[in-house]
Amino acid sequence: MAILIDENTRIIIQGFTGKTGTFHAQDMINYGSNVVGGVTPGKGGQQHLGLPVFNTVKEAVEQVDADATIVFVPPAFAADSIMEAAEAGIRYCAAITDGIPTQDMMTVKNFLRRFSIEDRMVLTGPNCAGTISPGRSMLGIMPGHIYKKGKVGVIGRSGTLGYEAADQMRILGIGISTSVGIGGDPIIGSSHRDILEKFEEDPETEVVVMIGEIGGPQEVQAGIFARDHMSKPVIAYIAGLTAPEGRRMGHAGAIISSPGESAAEKVAMLRDLGVTICPTPSAIGETVAAVLSRM
Amino acid sequence: MDIHEYQAKEILTKYGVKIAEGGLAYSPDESVQRAREIDGNVWVVKAQIHSGARGKAGGIKICNTHDEVKAAAEELLGKYLITHQTGPMGKICSRVYVEAGTQIAKEIYLCFLIDRSSERVVMIGSARGGMEIEELAETDPDAIKKVYIEPSVGLLDFQAREMAFALGLEASQLTHAVKTIKGCYRALRDLDANMLEINPLVVTASGELIALDAKMSFDDNALFRRHEVAELRDKTQGDPREMAAGDQGLSYIGLDGDIGCVINGAGLAMATMDMIQLAGGEPANFLDVGGGASAERTEKAFRLVLADKGVKAILVNIFAGINRCDWIAEGVVHAVNNIGIKVPLVVRLSGTNVEEGQRIIAESGLPIITAKTLAEAADKVVQARNEVIAKECKGM
Repeated sequence: MAILIDENTRIIIQGFTGKTGTFHAQDMINYGSNVVGGVTPGKGGQQHLGLPVFNTVKEAVEQVDADATIVFVPPAFAADSIMEAAEAGIRYCAAITDGIPTQDMMTVKNFLRRFSIEDRMVLTGPNCAGTISPGRSMLGIMPGHIYKKGKVGVIGRSGTLGYEAADQMRILGIGISTSVGIGGDPIIGSSHRDILEKFEEDPETEVVVMIGEIGGPQEVQAGIFARDHMSKPVIAYIAGLTAPEGRRMGHAGAIISSPGESAAEKVAMLRDLGVTICPTPSAIGETVAAVLSRM
Repeated sequence: MDIHEYQAKEILTKYGVKIAEGGLAYSPDESVQRAREIDGNVWVVKAQIHSGARGKAGGIKICNTHDEVKAAAEELLGKYLITHQTGPMGKICSRVYVEAGTQIAKEIYLCFLIDRSSERVVMIGSARGGMEIEELAETDPDAIKKVYIEPSVGLLDFQAREMAFALGLEASQLTHAVKTIKGCYRALRDLDANMLEINPLVVTASGELIALDAKMSFDDNALFRRHEVAELRDKTQGDPREMAAGDQGLSYIGLDGDIGCVINGAGLAMATMDMIQLAGGEPANFLDVGGGASAERTEKAFRLVLADKGVKAILVNIFAGINRCDWIAEGVVHAVNNIGIKVPLVVRLSGTNVEEGQRIIAESGLPIITAKTLAEAADKVVQARNEVIAKECKGM
């Protein structure tokens, strides 16, 4: 079944009729994703790309059984859109929007905690490329054709570095069960650890690749989870060996501000936790191949 | 975005935090004027730069006469101060803050920041102020008190009292301490600050609680709704190239190496820089051109990288996702023709329409070195850089 999305996932687009939303909605439809409509407040009742537009997420859930959403809403309004989706009963949300204020995300995370775990929407992002289960469904902005279907789970904070990894694997004939972009912001919906947990439960995933970077504690927390709770091998690459301390490297969350947040320190800790380390960013594909060949 | 001490103090005053009497000056004469306006016979002249540890760098001067105030301002104004936070270039001091001298009975540390693990604001305090908190965390972690704040209810009185007692304040100071602590929290929340640090917060000889220093850093993503904060930006405190890049919507950070980088995506940029280092080179910069690398954007990126005269070779690494390699190739060819790039250029394209992109580069007739993989690109650019250096040595 892959994780988070498959061919049965009923997708809506929030920020459907905008330029970005329209472009990527079309791309997802072309890929074969089951897009069932979209939301743009005030444009309810119209048709867009041959699909219904709704005023609210709740209407989309009631009328077309939407269960997943992708958010392209501008930064000032994105947090509100995410919370609207959670309240409407959406099961999974990928927030693509880059530039959401950190305190807004704090509010979102606090809002999500009001729901019991069974009823709580899974959120990935913001500031991510979305999620793809190759050959089944794409809920994101990635180039779908570089992802081959297979049994490797991928988790990444960065979009283009995730593409690089997928492409290296495709060239070596290695396929992916699901690739999840968790985003580059300081506060995000799901951490590496949260997604590792889902891959551990997924019968179709045999190995997981975690693509991390400088800043924050989450890669090491994921490593501890992998050591204590996972039967499947975990491979990691951490970007930013050359990153200077105290500087924000593009991503809002990519900043070394405390001990243990540099790439070298993360690599050392992950290695101690039994995670296989990709020595260079160009060796992600071959490291996965080597781990697979030993299984 | 960082602001100056005097700006942070101005903000905190509005939130009920007491500060020492003081004023801003842009010239030595103005500094004396500020000192005259302040009662007493001891003044502190403080360099306004975006960095901590100013004292150690000689940026804070205690003066006993107006002449000393003038001399201190003369020394500081126009000077580059170097601290462990500024980098080797230091930061220019173009204004000083003249403050009344304070009789200090006790120094305290107080800080609020957004904690990524708990996804909450955490308040950190220590009765041992004046020291740097990083140092304290290593030498005496038990002296640090942390209180996590639930975002939906905010900082509660009992939490502020808990902190006040942990800071070793007395019952008579409690009311004002709670007001100060809650004021700081409200300033952070109301203005979308990421960090607010008062080090030291002092108890004066007369038992008053005042913020002797103040540092605030704001969420860049929230500046769109905090115009009053955005206006406080002091462009002299940033790297001019980084500022110029920011104005053009590019994310640029200058580094010490000599291989220029033009890459799309922050993660891929960091990975490519790592790869250059592994191949034996040093990146001159971090530059994320973003998802839509148009011809115009590509040209801007090249100009930015080439503004660093130390650049000996350039590596372009673009993974076209939503973009297309043929468009990027056209942009690169256009930029090279327009700017007349003199240093070797290595281009690695990958993703959508890659064959078409490579064909455009090959047929352009330009001396562009192409590479298929990340590793190959890094090797080639380091090699090209080494050849340039070798030639320069021969020419000398």
